[in-house]
Amino acid sequence: MAEVNLAVKKLQEKFPTSVSEVKTFRDEVNVTVQKKDIFEICKFLYSDPDLQYQMLTDLCGVDFFPESPRFEVVYLLYSMTKQQRLRLKVKVGNSESVSSVESIWKAADWLEREVYDLFGISFDNHPDLRRILLWDGYEGHPLRKDFPVEGPDFDKPFVPEV
Amino acid sequence: MGIETYLEKTPFMPALDYIVNWGRKYSIWPVTFGLACCALEMIVTSSGTWDIARFGSEVFRPSPRQSDLMIVAGTLTKKMAPMVKRIYEQMPEPKWVIAYGACACSGGVFKTYSVVQGVDQILPVDFYVPGCPPRPESLLTAIVKLQKKIEKETLANRKNVRSTIELK
Repeated sequence: MAEVNLAVKKLQEKFPTSVSEVKTFRDEVNVTVQKKDIFEICKFLYSDPDLQYQMLTDLCGVDFFPESPRFEVVYLLYSMTKQQRLRLKVKVGNSESVSSVESIWKAADWLEREVYDLFGISFDNHPDLRRILLWDGYEGHPLRKDFPVEGPDFDKPFVPEV
Repeated sequence: MGIETYLEKTPFMPALDYIVNWGRKYSIWPVTFGLACCALEMIVTSSGTWDIARFGSEVFRPSPRQSDLMIVAGTLTKKMAPMVKRIYEQMPEPKWVIAYGACACSGGVFKTYSVVQGVDQILPVDFYVPGCPPRPESLLTAIVKLQKKIEKETLANRKNVRSTIELK
């Protein structure tokens, strides 16, 4: 790893205590940061004139059951002016919440709702944190690894509410 | 409810049945309605190669109120189930249902929390067409079999169907 990514360098300068791990695999840069600073880091990456990560390609969740901390939220960023990509990762424990980045990237609105729907990770300061794929009143979060694939009420006949 | 209440025990009933069923079986209008990839096979059945019009079912109606037949083509998710049930209930009597494809018959490969394990859990199904997806010929076979089933129906039985519906 001869040259250090500019974003990584800037992050390590500005948030020295927050950046806990930097990995590069096939020219893809992965930065693991502390949960408490994620909003400030995202804001910095968005607004810094040398970086300008103005596009949130995706935001997703990962379940590492039974590890602790259990979940991870992954932010895939793209800078359209600099043509650079960056992957941010945040470790999230069970029943913990992450601050929403919806005020930085509008795209995060539905993506965070999806993560909330399927993993049960809640996002602080999200304007409209509801389920997005499953219907209202559904119990459980299906992409968690301790959720049965068939669902808890597989044996019972299905009665729709019309 | 209709003329069948007056003719039910007379010798004219079989003749009335014959005429009404003859009319019904050659103009089964399906509701325009598809859920997943099986719907493409249903669409191609109405194209020139297979030509569902040969059996009088080419008029896919965009409104359930003008339809007789619901071809449930594709995976029925639990989120979609209330809408499908509502479309079925909006269809006027007499109405029939074909479960088209493995997912509609039994849930298919999707033994998951989000998929209804067969549309017969929410609708009374007349014919099951297995396959993933079934060939258009299978749908034509189902329609021909449905015509045979309609032939054997009698208007007198339709009263029982009506009495099961709660009129408000």
